[in-house]
Amino acid sequence: MTVTPQDEAFVSFDRVQKSYDGETLVVKDLNLHIGKGEFLTMLGPSGSGKTTCLMMLAGFETATHGEITLDGRPINNIPPHKRGIGMVFQNYALFPHMSVAENLAFPLEVRGMGKTERDAAVARALDMVQMGEFGGRRPAQLSGGQQQRIALARALVFEPELVLMDEPLGALDKQLREHMQYEIKHLHERLGITVVYVTHDQSEALTMSDRVAVFDDGRIQQLATPQALYEEPENAFVAQFIGENNKLMAEVTAIDGDTVHVKFDDGETGTALAVANTGVGTRTLLSIRPERVTLNPTNGANAVAAEVLELIYHGDHIRCRMRVHGNDEFIVKVPNAGGQGPLEEGQKLTIGWATRDCRALDA
Amino acid sequence: MVDMTADTDQNDAGELRTADGQPLKSSLARAQRRARTRAAILVAPLLLFVLITFVVPIGQMLFRSIHNDGFTMHTSISDGVKTPIMVNLRDWFDDNPRGTEPDEAAYEALVMDLRLLRELRAPGQVGTRINYEHSGSRSLFTKTARRADRLEAPFKEAVLDVDEDWAEPELWSAMRTASNPYTLSFYLAAVDMTTTPEGDIVSVDENRQIYINLFIRTLWLSALITGLCFLLGFPVAHLLAILPMRTSNLLMILVLLPFWTSLLVRTTSWMVLLQSQGVVNDVMVAMGIIGDDGRIQMMYNQIGTIVAMTHILLPFMILPMYSVMRTIPPSYARAARSLGATSWTTFRRIYFPQTIPGIAAGSMLVFILAVGYYITPALVGGSDGQLISNLIAFHMQNSLNWSLAAALAALLLFGVLILYWLYDRLVGIDNMKLG
Repeated sequence: MTVTPQDEAFVSFDRVQKSYDGETLVVKDLNLHIGKGEFLTMLGPSGSGKTTCLMMLAGFETATHGEITLDGRPINNIPPHKRGIGMVFQNYALFPHMSVAENLAFPLEVRGMGKTERDAAVARALDMVQMGEFGGRRPAQLSGGQQQRIALARALVFEPELVLMDEPLGALDKQLREHMQYEIKHLHERLGITVVYVTHDQSEALTMSDRVAVFDDGRIQQLATPQALYEEPENAFVAQFIGENNKLMAEVTAIDGDTVHVKFDDGETGTALAVANTGVGTRTLLSIRPERVTLNPTNGANAVAAEVLELIYHGDHIRCRMRVHGNDEFIVKVPNAGGQGPLEEGQKLTIGWATRDCRALDA
Repeated sequence: MVDMTADTDQNDAGELRTADGQPLKSSLARAQRRARTRAAILVAPLLLFVLITFVVPIGQMLFRSIHNDGFTMHTSISDGVKTPIMVNLRDWFDDNPRGTEPDEAAYEALVMDLRLLRELRAPGQVGTRINYEHSGSRSLFTKTARRADRLEAPFKEAVLDVDEDWAEPELWSAMRTASNPYTLSFYLAAVDMTTTPEGDIVSVDENRQIYINLFIRTLWLSALITGLCFLLGFPVAHLLAILPMRTSNLLMILVLLPFWTSLLVRTTSWMVLLQSQGVVNDVMVAMGIIGDDGRIQMMYNQIGTIVAMTHILLPFMILPMYSVMRTIPPSYARAARSLGATSWTTFRRIYFPQTIPGIAAGSMLVFILAVGYYITPALVGGSDGQLISNLIAFHMQNSLNWSLAAALAALLLFGVLILYWLYDRLVGIDNMKLG
């Protein structure tokens, strides 16, 4: 499911561009193919163009250039109400003057479904989100999480094949959000629908998605599975945006297959995994995950002297800010295993990392 | 006392107590009293102002509508001394039931009272009071009082000799009614009804009915003006609500512009526009739509009142609707569209129902303002564009029948209150947003 050929794609964006003012492009040359039944997340900071893409797919914005197809037919000129796409909004957009059941019946009613059939479908949809007893309530009488479930049920009740979600969990507290993530994930698996999900929360994206498209500056920076995205970021933006990341600047001195040899600014040398196309003599940005750093390493490939500057207690782990290669902001996550001797501020020690965990990206 | 071994914050009756044993309720009340006192002091000036300028005058007006002592009490203009008048006649009324033919004793009482009136120079006052109920009575009183000193027994013949109108049963009925300062006769008059000499309450002749028709016209025209304001205002409010803030602020100035112009100027400019030699007619004649002899009469009739008042009251409709529409997130419409609704269905089922609080508030505001509107109909209404308020003003300023004016105004007030109550029952007052 991770790789979908263009001609089999359920949803495809083909060279899509979007501009609001005729001067700047909000979406620049977007090519994206989403397979049937896939859960694809558009992840990015605000203003990166992800929501605009969703709105173009839903039909509330028109593409300035390019073509969007749904199940093989171009939808640029199809009005939103004929696209048959379910949508969940950030603020749920439950109609406040209708009861929950009326909200759910609305999409069926406008499709001309009969009353008995409608009632059955509404009851089914309410049961699906475990809200069977709440049909008579008004949206304002529900908690945030309950409203969210109703919004979900409403987007699914007319059995669309594609459901769009625009930061649907943004307004919920942390625990509820995590709980809802699993519920949405399970619903997706059970119903076999295609989901396009927009969020700026990376942990949400990693938890739920089959594939994640990381947006920045109107472009997809990387489109990959959550694991690939975290383990193998292709550029500095993705490395920075997904998870935590230590940055070290260095100069490439030699390239040896997958491995680059670098010289840090303080004169010391090391090796890293070649990711970006950098030539000898160019500057490169080395990215190392805080949890991939080992204290007092036994094999000394990338061993380097470090000084502990600050310790922050996090319960399951301890964050340790160190000075490494002249960088004061180098973070190391030390697991709280109990057996280890405690670190102290001002302590000097040696740390190291495997070459494959240090990725040489474009500077 | 509290059982300290059990839950210390609950006594036997289950009443909650604080840690030191005080009842929780009184403790809370004490804690809140300070804040409440401070709040009360802050609103006191306004409360006093409202009391003096609103509650007291309205109370006085309501009192005046059921109380008129023109027939029972004379207050000297020079020294303010109050003298009971018509005492003898009132005694006779007390002794004889309604419908009794006035006998010699009645006429004697009348003459005695008229002599006192002459002394107090008050026949005009009493005549005016009876005149409200029975027109033509004022001159009867002044004329007879002038000759009262010379009248001798038998008084019945003597008085009838002065004027035969004294024999009319309606006149005696009116005097009996007026002999009690507390009366509902002004309310009866305000709904075109009267009391017969036999004491029955009946409608007055069809050709003398004024007020009921005027009330109906006032309500009908107000409803029409409210409807027109809604039809004209809704698209404007919607436009203001969906436009970007900068453009909508500019347009809002245009909506508010009339507020910065004197009401009189706006009304008279409608006179300039709409009169038969006015701009609108001139343009239509010039364009050949109507002939010079076929100029449309749009001023000094109902059309003038409707047009001018709709224009003047339009902002009161637009503003509440706008403030409600502004708060409706566009995502509702989007959600409806994504769920398969056409744009018309979205408007009808999703957008419009949510604007109802604003429509209700605006309609309520416009309707209540229109019901009591005075200056515009007075200037442009002619005769058939007059509203009830114009007649209230007439009774206040010209006929000086303040009790009738008060009764008419009170009926208007009750009518509006009933509408308000109905509205609360049907739509719900908490469903109304004024901004």
